Amino acid sequence: MLSLVRSMWLIFLHMFHKRETFQYPEQKAPLPARWRGRIALTRDPDGGERCVGCYLCAAACPVDCISLQATEDDSGRRYPEFFRINFSRCIFCGFCEEACPTYAIQLLPDYEMAEYNRQNLVYEKKDLLIDSEGKYPGYNYYNIAGMAIRGKDKGDAHQEEPPVDVKSLIP
Amino acid sequence: MTNFWWIIGGVLFALLNTAAGLIWVERRMLALWQDRYGPNRAGPFGLLVVLADTIKLFFKEDWIPPFADKVVFVFAPAVVMLSVLMSFVVMPFAPQIIVADLNIGLLFFLAMSSLGVYSVVLGGWASNNKYALLGAMRGASQMISYEVFMGLALMGVVVLSGSFNLREIVEAQKTVWFIVPQFIGFLIFLVAGVAETHRLPFDIPEAESELVAGFHSEYSGMKFGMFFIGEYLGITLISGMLVTLYFGGWLGPAFLPPVLWFVIKTFAFIMLFILFRASMPRPRYDQLMEYGWKVLFPLSILNLMVTAAIKLWLNT
Amino acid sequence: MPIINIDNKTYEVKEGKNLLEACLSLGLNLPYFCWHPALGAVGACRQCAVKVFKDEDDKKGRIIMSCMEPVKDQQRVSIEDSDAKKFREQVIGWLMTNHPHDCAVCDEGGACHLQDMTVMTGHSYRDYHFTKRTYNNQYLGPFLNHEMNRCIQCYRCVRFYKDFAGGKDLDVFAAHNHVYFGRQQEGVLESEFSGNLAEVCPTGVFTDKTLKQHYTRKWDLTSAASVCQGCGLGCNIIAGERYGALRQITNRFNSAVNGYFLCDRGRYGYEFVNSPQRIKTPMVYHGPSELSNGIPVLQHIHRRMKPGKTIGIGSPRASLESNAVLKELVGEENFYLGVSAGDHDLVSLALKVLQQGPVRAASLQEAAAADVVLILGEDLTNTAPMLALSVRQAVRRIPVEEVINTVHVPAWQDAAIREAVQENKGPLYILNVQQTKLDELAKGAWHTAPDNIARIGFGVSHLLSDKMPEVTGMSEQGKAIAAEIAEALKHAKNPLIIAGYGSGSEAVIKSAANVAWALHDLGIDAMLAFTVPECNSMGLEMLGGHRLESAVDRALNNEADTVIILENDLYRRLNQHRAEHFFDKVQDVILLDHLYNPTAEKATIILPAGTFAESDGTLVNNEGRAQRFFQVFSSNTAVQESWRWLLQIAAANGHATLSSLKHLDEVVSHIAVTCPVFHGIDTLTPGAGFRIAGQKVPREPHRYSGRTAMQANIQVSEPKPPEDPDTALSFTMEGYRGEPPSSMIPFFWAPGWNSVQSVNKFQTETGGPLHDGDGGKRLIEPHPNGQTPFYTEVPEPYLPLTEHLLLVPLYHIYGSEELSVHTPGIAERIPAPYIMLHGEDAKRLQVANGHRLHFMDNGHHYTLPVIINNTLQQGAAGIPVGLPGVQIAEAPQLIKV
Repeated sequence: MLSLVRSMWLIFLHMFHKRETFQYPEQKAPLPARWRGRIALTRDPDGGERCVGCYLCAAACPVDCISLQATEDDSGRRYPEFFRINFSRCIFCGFCEEACPTYAIQLLPDYEMAEYNRQNLVYEKKDLLIDSEGKYPGYNYYNIAGMAIRGKDKGDAHQEEPPVDVKSLIP
Repeated sequence: MTNFWWIIGGVLFALLNTAAGLIWVERRMLALWQDRYGPNRAGPFGLLVVLADTIKLFFKEDWIPPFADKVVFVFAPAVVMLSVLMSFVVMPFAPQIIVADLNIGLLFFLAMSSLGVYSVVLGGWASNNKYALLGAMRGASQMISYEVFMGLALMGVVVLSGSFNLREIVEAQKTVWFIVPQFIGFLIFLVAGVAETHRLPFDIPEAESELVAGFHSEYSGMKFGMFFIGEYLGITLISGMLVTLYFGGWLGPAFLPPVLWFVIKTFAFIMLFILFRASMPRPRYDQLMEYGWKVLFPLSILNLMVTAAIKLWLNT
Repeated sequence: MPIINIDNKTYEVKEGKNLLEACLSLGLNLPYFCWHPALGAVGACRQCAVKVFKDEDDKKGRIIMSCMEPVKDQQRVSIEDSDAKKFREQVIGWLMTNHPHDCAVCDEGGACHLQDMTVMTGHSYRDYHFTKRTYNNQYLGPFLNHEMNRCIQCYRCVRFYKDFAGGKDLDVFAAHNHVYFGRQQEGVLESEFSGNLAEVCPTGVFTDKTLKQHYTRKWDLTSAASVCQGCGLGCNIIAGERYGALRQITNRFNSAVNGYFLCDRGRYGYEFVNSPQRIKTPMVYHGPSELSNGIPVLQHIHRRMKPGKTIGIGSPRASLESNAVLKELVGEENFYLGVSAGDHDLVSLALKVLQQGPVRAASLQEAAAADVVLILGEDLTNTAPMLALSVRQAVRRIPVEEVINTVHVPAWQDAAIREAVQENKGPLYILNVQQTKLDELAKGAWHTAPDNIARIGFGVSHLLSDKMPEVTGMSEQGKAIAAEIAEALKHAKNPLIIAGYGSGSEAVIKSAANVAWALHDLGIDAMLAFTVPECNSMGLEMLGGHRLESAVDRALNNEADTVIILENDLYRRLNQHRAEHFFDKVQDVILLDHLYNPTAEKATIILPAGTFAESDGTLVNNEGRAQRFFQVFSSNTAVQESWRWLLQIAAANGHATLSSLKHLDEVVSHIAVTCPVFHGIDTLTPGAGFRIAGQKVPREPHRYSGRTAMQANIQVSEPKPPEDPDTALSFTMEGYRGEPPSSMIPFFWAPGWNSVQSVNKFQTETGGPLHDGDGGKRLIEPHPNGQTPFYTEVPEPYLPLTEHLLLVPLYHIYGSEELSVHTPGIAERIPAPYIMLHGEDAKRLQVANGHRLHFMDNGHHYTLPVIINNTLQQGAAGIPVGLPGVQIAEAPQLIKV
């Protein structure tokens, strides 16, 4: 019984406490760098698209709001032909970012993307691709992968030996 | 005669505005106690949120579920409004401002507030929805239980003042407010009053975390609005009754007019109701019943008997 | 049956298996790479290590490779033993040292045996931090992508390609840790079965190049059980769709038909479904004075179908349902088989032989178990490729059987068996107009004209049975050949005689029947296999109808005004002049088809028909096996099954019996009732009402992605998913997650087994039939108290005529089939049109390789470059059949140069 009165008193005292509310939009909350907001596709240090169209983000997405089609250029470098995120379904869980093996898809500290028309929440690749390396500067997937692309032949990647000479007899 | 209509009109106007305004007051107060702002965007201090809410309620689709018992479904929300408003008939706001100065005013109040249970039961029953029905059953048992010792608690006041007329009860408090001799009765009435209005923490007929919205789950639009307003009117009523019965009604130092004293005291109790909501957890249903029948009921009988005994002793 | 003890549980297992097979058959998870149920065990990858114990008291045990250990009674094995587990994890760790960081860009990812096994062993962190070995890749043609870095040296590719499929141009090169699997030089892989490497390879070294062009992960495909439309063998396939386009064909295991493999035409010939040539909307060509715009197309058809003057032309590439509904719609007397006269004669003869004779048709798996094979007038590799693969297995198997008995090694001991067998081969005899790829395996291969092939066949049957007349005027060489073959057949237990449409000669089929029947009379369990040209040739012939030529005659006599053509290009069936006359004469041509073709240009009404990927239906293969194929995806255009169009036409016309039919089940049971020959096709698969635990079977895996975004660019609110009223499959990922009935398995997947290797989990034993039997039902069984109605008219020997050449048909795996040529990869491999001559004939005609030869046929001029091939019969000229842009010449026939 007394505890009820005590809690009433404590709550009453909150009248004189400072308010926690941020008066958005005049006042904006400071967001941590790893805030899970708007999703973007980043680029590697050479300015190429990081996304290789591996479909892992789409598979990881619990609301299935990512769809894409992989394609490749004449040198064999994979990129998404289209990449679509339906933000009207997105729950900003960040699973796509965790699933991404190339650091391409990243969630940014930006949440101001409300629309009056739901159709406008469907983002295509042109809306998603940014000119930045995002949170992981310096990473270039193709420097680590074994596939040859333009400008990086077999054996050129990080910690790779030159290609085997099949005709060599040296043990 | 014209005066009589003016009073009715004035009381009705004041009550409905108070009830509507309480929507805003409650949200602001809750926010205040929770370190927030509450509605502060529409109009000065967010006051126009009341208007926005009302407009919204009026324009919402007035949906009657196809499986509902239509006549009763429509009828139920009107009962709560009616019963509470009728209770105000006997409420002495000031020596002259009283709609009907009945000599059995207190009994009339008890009768009317008991009628309120019909709206809960009928609404829940007519919704033909299991949550609504559960809510209605809880509401009925809760109100029937708490009605009993609410009446018993008030008997202490009646014994002291020797009248059922509310005006006379107030006037009987000129020397000392009944809160002093009837402190236990006051506490019981307060608890019963909260239960009677099924406000938090005794909102188990609605209990949104268990029953969606209890007896009014299926209601929308203005029909829901009537339940909503009915609840705030109920708060006002119980606060008013608390003031009338235990805090000397309109009585107060003369620098303010009597009606203002009444209003100030009533608002203080309304705030208390909101503070209850802000601070207390909801008891379990069985706890509620146990508390009612095993604690408050004996206590109220004891209170009545002791009061009566002392009164008898003093008179002889 | 031996009883073995695995991890302190006893199991009964099958004798003669190795431990790995036994464990997998029991449903236990044991990782492996080099072992393949069709290829046997070599113990190369060291992945399937388990611990075996001497007896109950032995606590130490020893690690062995389970794939190299035969099961023994009372054997004690542990899979879960910590040493064995650690060993397996380390082996994967070593295999992964050089494996590139490629999964994201690797087409195998998500359906990768290496991924599955790595997860299964628990190897999750890389301990190796040094440099990785790299290789240069090779261009291997339009079908396969090569990414040698990913290789884990399991040797499966060469074992399949060289040993199993008889390919010569893929091998292993270099030495020690530099071994390289590829060709000696970059170039197109020659084998017709190269596509299987994509499934055989446990990782992404060989991947499907056509899939790469529109890459989709396995988990994103909407798949359904289907049947290959590439030839008459009816191999089981799984077809996968994404974004409204067919993406990939993979093998669907059926132990009675194709087993684990497919040919490249079947695997890669699917892209006609996505062709820009597709008909997507109904079209009506209005006459100038016609004022009938705006009425539904079915009304147009209704107006034009005059009773008694409407004829229907069926199709061997349309489903049984479509053909049967058309036949009923136009009436039996107005239904014509849409096949050329030659094909009709050959297939109906083959059907008659199988239905009325005492010898049964061999399934592909039975063919692989034959002990003597005689091929009469067929270039199997090109006319029925998977049958050629079966013949290769038969030839390979016989010496293996012999070796097993002498060296006492079990059959799955692949390396030991190969060592013991060396180059020994089972008896295979081939008689064909020119050399075939199988000749290298044959004990005897001879090349002569179809009539001579038939004569040798007759000669063989005479030697086997005295009921047959002696073939008069046989050359000494012919007699010797016949004697050699007869001698081999006499000692066989279950010989297989193969003939079919490839020779274009009825006499060859008759002689094959004679040989088989004569063997049957000797009490030998002989089998027959007749190739048929198209996926439903046999079904259409069983349904029955009039000859196409009589339809033309009827039109020319003004007795047919309207013709409904079902999925057919008459220019491939008729001589061009006849076809032109036919189309000139009939007033209205109503065509139901999926691709624009010359016939479509003549049509006045075109209805968009579904391909196999957009249809449900039944096909009957060369063996008489009826098999159901399921719709893979629902087109958002007007495309629908031909039979559905025809039912709608019937309903618009108020047809007596068809109007009440709506769904597949109703159509199928109607056919089963009305055509006794198709009795039982309604039990091929569970009906549309079938549910497991109250649920349908989903076409999409549970990891299917993008549902709320795929069509968001069109409309952000997701549309209601299409419903399938015809089958118990759903078009979504909702439904029963367990194992569906084997006839409707939409994709193979089991927990922990994402690759095609998960098929183990669906089989009663590894390599054995699927759990509730293999799909399909044989409709043709040999006549029970079979009379043997020998054919006794021996054809005259073929004698080269001067001034004339005998035109013989030559088939090509890539090019002779009508639909697969719309696939870019297949199109790349279609040979240029040619005429093949023997060197002597070329000399006589004074032409050389590449010269153009002109000749006339029925008023058509042909000008074709010459190819000289000395294995061709002198006096004959081979002409490719069905190549795009080549007019159809009637072959065999004599032409004047």
